[in-house]
Amino acid sequence: MSREPAVTPELAREHGLTDDEYTIALKAIGRTPSFPELGVLSVMWSEHCSYKSSRVHLKRLPTKGPRVIHGPGENAGVVDIGDGWAVVFKMESHNHPSFIEPYQGAATGVGGILRDVFTMGARPVAVMDSLRFGEPSHPRTPGLLRGVVAGIAGYGNAFGVPTVGGEVQFDAAYNGNILVNAFALGLCRSDRLFLGQAKGVGNPILYVGARTGRDGIHGATMASAEFEEGEEAERPTVQVGDPFMEKLLLEGCLEIFAADVLEGIQDMGAAGLTSSTVEMASRAGNGVELWLDRLPRRAKHLTPYEILLSESQERMIMVARVGEEQRVLDICAKWDLDAQVVGRVTDTGRFVVRATPGYDPLSGAPWPDDPPVVVDLPVDLLTDAAPVYTRPCVDDPRLTDRYGVDATGLAFDPRSDLLELLSAPNVGSRAWIYRQYDHIVRDGTMVRPGAGDAAVVRLYCEDERGRREKLIAMSSDCNGRFCELDPRTGAAMAVAEACRNLACVGAAPIGLTDCLNFGNPQRPEIMAQFRDAIDGIADACKALGVPVVSGNVSLYNETTEQGGPRAVLPTPTIGAVGLFEKVSDVVGAGFRTAGDHVFVLGPRGDDRLGGSEWLTRRTGKVCGRPPSIDLAAEAALQSLLVRAAREGLLASAHDCAEGGLLVALAEACIMGQSGAALALPAEYAVTPGGLFGEDPSRVLVSVTPYVLELFSRRVAEAGVPCAFLGRVGGASLSLEGVASWGLDEMREAHASALDEIVGR
Amino acid sequence: MRAVVIQFPGSNADFDALHTLRDVVGVETSYVFHKTPTLPAGTDLVVLPGGFSYGDYLRCGAIARFAPVMADVRRHVERGGLLLGICNGFQILTEAGLLPGALTRNAHLRFECRDVLVRVDADGPFTQDLRGRVLRLPVAHAEGRYQADEATLQSLESKSLVAFRYVPAATPDARLPANPNGSLHDIAGLYGGPRRNVLGLMPHPERMAEPILGGTDGRLLFHSAVRAALAR
Repeated sequence: MSREPAVTPELAREHGLTDDEYTIALKAIGRTPSFPELGVLSVMWSEHCSYKSSRVHLKRLPTKGPRVIHGPGENAGVVDIGDGWAVVFKMESHNHPSFIEPYQGAATGVGGILRDVFTMGARPVAVMDSLRFGEPSHPRTPGLLRGVVAGIAGYGNAFGVPTVGGEVQFDAAYNGNILVNAFALGLCRSDRLFLGQAKGVGNPILYVGARTGRDGIHGATMASAEFEEGEEAERPTVQVGDPFMEKLLLEGCLEIFAADVLEGIQDMGAAGLTSSTVEMASRAGNGVELWLDRLPRRAKHLTPYEILLSESQERMIMVARVGEEQRVLDICAKWDLDAQVVGRVTDTGRFVVRATPGYDPLSGAPWPDDPPVVVDLPVDLLTDAAPVYTRPCVDDPRLTDRYGVDATGLAFDPRSDLLELLSAPNVGSRAWIYRQYDHIVRDGTMVRPGAGDAAVVRLYCEDERGRREKLIAMSSDCNGRFCELDPRTGAAMAVAEACRNLACVGAAPIGLTDCLNFGNPQRPEIMAQFRDAIDGIADACKALGVPVVSGNVSLYNETTEQGGPRAVLPTPTIGAVGLFEKVSDVVGAGFRTAGDHVFVLGPRGDDRLGGSEWLTRRTGKVCGRPPSIDLAAEAALQSLLVRAAREGLLASAHDCAEGGLLVALAEACIMGQSGAALALPAEYAVTPGGLFGEDPSRVLVSVTPYVLELFSRRVAEAGVPCAFLGRVGGASLSLEGVASWGLDEMREAHASALDEIVGR
Repeated sequence: MRAVVIQFPGSNADFDALHTLRDVVGVETSYVFHKTPTLPAGTDLVVLPGGFSYGDYLRCGAIARFAPVMADVRRHVERGGLLLGICNGFQILTEAGLLPGALTRNAHLRFECRDVLVRVDADGPFTQDLRGRVLRLPVAHAEGRYQADEATLQSLESKSLVAFRYVPAATPDARLPANPNGSLHDIAGLYGGPRRNVLGLMPHPERMAEPILGGTDGRLLFHSAVRAALAR
């Protein structure tokens, strides 16, 4: 065994601790920390674990609601869906590992979020993935896209959870920092939730799952630093996933939950054994003592430092009731899972680790008696007393300079521009991606990817009380360009769009999760983006009456380039979950029946092109004055859509998003395999802004003539603007006095969207 | 009638099969764990479900054939009992030698999940009165490319053991080839066993058995199996 280095201020700095932080630690401990203690401090005080830059702002998010069972602070949020059942969901980033090693980075991102969900007692039933890559023409984009999609597929498909939705966007701002945000949702009984608490002094702590190796050591610290050139040198810190082990772990855990022998459970995610046991102790107000000599491992000569910081995947920590250890071990044996008692809950409030120097159980020697203490730190120093920063925020003074763009000289031809946009990687079909995901396993997927504005999943709720079916919808959204140009409005629009997508399929929102991806928080203009984005999310949540129940913050998504730092577009990804009342409420996005009337619902908007796909393509940059949003009008629109869906008044509903009104019309034709003969209402101008502007709060609906009168009554009651466009039918989309497009040419343009990146 | 769905470690469409048989078709159905040495008395239909048994490590289905329960599954087949292998179950049947040939990596090397059309090309207990009918069923696999030597293929054809074949849609889409994986002879499913009582197929009939999931063509196979079991 190699000798441990002496702990010095320099070594602390190498571990990512500032001099001030190290001084605080020295004062609190009253002595120089041991090497493993330094490792523990550095990961627990990392941005990733401590949320030290974001915590002061996150407090402003609304997190309460009548259906909320557990909000932020647990492994995932829990929302009541009625009749004794609940959904558990969360979204989390795996950006840095995915850029270094796209397949394993994305795969373990899925694995991690699945564990966050099933550690609470829920069986995962749906996954979504929100992805951001650099420009399509960037040399790394094809390899990163292929690798990330294959990684998500490789993990989710084998684990057996359907990947039902998500989004992908390409922008030069992500050239050096891609985003991989994974969302998972599980189903459980609302009275059988499990929390990450080390409850009950004297209770045994059990380790279950994959053995510990050296992979992922200091992953949490890596996720808290920006990339420098030569990031490939980081490769050894990337974790490697084993979905088969995760599947066994899931089944084993669910059986252990059903046996009712646990007081608490938590997965070992970022900062592994350390973070999971410290957080469990903190939540219960207890201490823990760990015996590392007994820890299952697959690498020889692991040091306490390595064991404490390893991020080996597919591992769980459980606190069982005294005397129930054997029951846990028996169930683990059934599922061929390694399991071992590795410690106990104490009343000391301290994180104590014992390990015998030089001892390796792989040598076959028995556990030594009375191993010495190698770590002894107060739990609250690692959690509640960790540093919290109110970092300076300064609005970017040059931001509004970018608003002044003269679009009058830009080439504009409605006919060719629509086909160009339909075939754009940011707009067209994602079939190449979602066909690699098993999106139908578990017999629940009712609206598949590409078939509606949100995924719709039937939840099969079965226990000894009987069986019942529930229907939920989910959508993930964020337009980083709008967030770049106006962080507060852009973030509010992300929430509005995610919930609008739920409303379009007929579901009312019941909760949100967020995944907040930003640059370096030590730059005041990045911190200002973060502050404003939080306010924007809060604005929209209040207006729409939806709480944030879980989330994740990913900072330092930026690269140092020649000419200065380059951050990602501020990307507060929103995952929204909605509930249906009944099966007949589900509405598709495609036009269905010839003769149906087509309307656009929602405020007219002001045709601003800022941040739109059309303007970005024409100018090569993210610029222009972005659209604004009237949140009261948005709320009225969404309520109307849900009511109309419940009353069976909508043949289809489709949101106007990337590409604007004309793209939305074309998509409704493509999805419904039907044309439409339409004319723009008088108040719409045949201008780039009128046809391709991306004003929010607009939804295309088609309505069968028989219910027109009822529909009109509901629209009038809701006070939502409504403009008649024409009727569904024919084999082309025609816009009177503007142009006409054949169904086949639109379909082919749409289908070819990713060809320029991944080939045909 | 009584059906069982075998749970190997890594099976993940076990619920899909159980749900469709029990809740949609109304057959008394239960799971049987792979470590169980014997099937329940009175078992008429055994399903080897989709998934990634043993992680698909080594080769898809290669390890599952050694599972303790498989010896009794073989006895069940020899007795004339019905055995249905779906997706990974089909891969297990070929690895176990209960069906000839092998299922290899899709020609385009990617996992593929979408609906396909298959034509029923043979009579048997799972396809009674369905010959010639075209069904829409989903596929979801990375290793579904059926391969066998020429003699085996000739034998399958001459004995009319090709149960399902991928066929093109009325208006073909160049981006969605009828055959999603490059299978020889467009083979999607095969009959075998002493009385055509073994069926292996790559598409998932148990995922297309309810209107809210997009169609009911898959239900036909299960209804046919119920008729066959009742007639025994």
